[in-house]
Amino acid sequence: MTQPVLKVTNMKKAYGAIQAVGGVSFEVRPGEIFGVIGPNGSGKTTLFNSMLGQITPDEGKIELNGQDVTTLGPLELNRRGVGRTFQTLQVFGKMTVRDNLIVAAQEHRGSMFSRMFAPTDSGLGDKADALIDQFHIRHVADKKAGELSYGQQKLVDIAMAFMSEPDLVLLDEPCAGVNPSLVGGISKLLKELNQKRRADGKASSFVVIEHNMDFVMDLCHRIMVMVEGQVMAIGTPEEIRANKQVLDAYLGN
Amino acid sequence: MKKLNLLFAIVVLAALIIVPNFLKNYGIHMFTTWLVFIIATMGLNLTVGYAGQKSLGHAAFFGIGAYTVAIFLKAGLSFWLGLPVAALFCFVVGLALGFPALRVQTIYLAFATLGFNTALWLVMRNEEWLTGGTFGINNIARPSLGGISFDGNLAYYYLVLFFTIMLALLLWGLLRSPWGKAFTALRDNAIRAESLGIDTRSYTLLSFAIGAVYAGVAGGLYASQVQFIDPALFTVGASIMMYLMVVVGGPGYFLGPVLGSAVGVVLPEWLRFAQAWYLFVFGAAVVVLMIWLPDGLLSIPDRVKARRQSREASAARAAAGQGVKA
Repeated sequence: MTQPVLKVTNMKKAYGAIQAVGGVSFEVRPGEIFGVIGPNGSGKTTLFNSMLGQITPDEGKIELNGQDVTTLGPLELNRRGVGRTFQTLQVFGKMTVRDNLIVAAQEHRGSMFSRMFAPTDSGLGDKADALIDQFHIRHVADKKAGELSYGQQKLVDIAMAFMSEPDLVLLDEPCAGVNPSLVGGISKLLKELNQKRRADGKASSFVVIEHNMDFVMDLCHRIMVMVEGQVMAIGTPEEIRANKQVLDAYLGN
Repeated sequence: MKKLNLLFAIVVLAALIIVPNFLKNYGIHMFTTWLVFIIATMGLNLTVGYAGQKSLGHAAFFGIGAYTVAIFLKAGLSFWLGLPVAALFCFVVGLALGFPALRVQTIYLAFATLGFNTALWLVMRNEEWLTGGTFGINNIARPSLGGISFDGNLAYYYLVLFFTIMLALLLWGLLRSPWGKAFTALRDNAIRAESLGIDTRSYTLLSFAIGAVYAGVAGGLYASQVQFIDPALFTVGASIMMYLMVVVGGPGYFLGPVLGSAVGVVLPEWLRFAQAWYLFVFGAAVVVLMIWLPDGLLSIPDRVKARRQSREASAARAAAGQGVKA
């Protein structure tokens, strides 16, 4: 079997007496869209923050493409190919949409010193334009990101995560606060991005945390269900739907 | 907007080249001081306006630059050696001052830098053997280069103008490069910036260090301009004044310091007719300006544009509404 992009082994994290994540293990395969679901307080966000280097787990190991990255911070993880989106909007409001995309990948080119003499778009203009078209935000490309509607900013936010062509993208509730008509659009975009990267031979894997169950079931190849800091089940959407335990604990009837 | 900026820059530059020829010594002195503060606040604009680091210690770097050049000249060394050393010294101290900014932000950072300014001011005041203490250093010479003497006020003014233009071009180039975007990203959202691979740590430190270099060069030029310096010029009050210049001009606007320094240096002179009340008038003007234009004078074109766009959008909506009715 090919090496997993992300491998989490027996990860534990406690806040005082509260065991937020208690011994979670899973793998994300190349090109896979991996969903993480679970009720509030089930440890999804703690798990996510550990994978993103924002907190260090108490125990366990996180490997990216076979390398131990357990103690690395967000900056190093990004440089090694981890992109992310945030639950809340995190665009640079005073920059144009195009500049938001350019700044999202410019630090992956050259050294800090060489960037001082690089062109203003770091040679990333074409790439930014391609994503702008793919995300249907051409008409606002030269507007300041802070002036856009919530949904448009969300699209910019997601597009930014893909500018540096990361191996692994962690999407934290990509549908939170988005109007239902756009949810389908986001799902379609993510599928396109996943397939396009596969076609290029550069597998790009996603981990998605999301409460919108239809979205997760439709988008993800495999889904992990977390309850009280533990893994309850991992399987395909069909397996998860059919899992009696999951139905009782989370999905309801 | 770009055309407007260019036009503004050309008008200012033409005025800076031509006007002083028709001025007496006092006028030339005012213009030179204006330029010196443009240089200093260009640096502060990078730290505060572009990178978003709230620094209230800028006058300390201005002081380091002034004292370094003054001490060099008093020791019989060249101005042309003193100025680069001042810049380098400020770069190093600026880097060091950047470290608190990696831990604290906003008002807490402002207080940390304010403490630094106070400490440095005490060194200038107490270390008499080096700085002359409260008596300061007087008879600071003006430089000459390859037979050209900058002793005259007008000649010295043009030297300062040359430095101002060069440093402005340098900063312009830096801000146009990817660095400019990285600084803005750091200011707008440091956590997001880091998640995109932007080394916020290095950029924070460099925003302080480069800003400090500008203050240091400005201070060095100022020492030779006024030929007498004492610690009173480099107090926390002076730092606050420079911060005010950046805010009034428009933080994050490239030409903001040009207007801001004019307000800070020239306006108090114009208000002399108000005699004892001039500071009151100045203070009141700043209060009004901050309420009316929190983003500074150079935000006026943006506001006009935003207003026009919203008016046009309203008109379009109204027209569409009429269409529906008919």
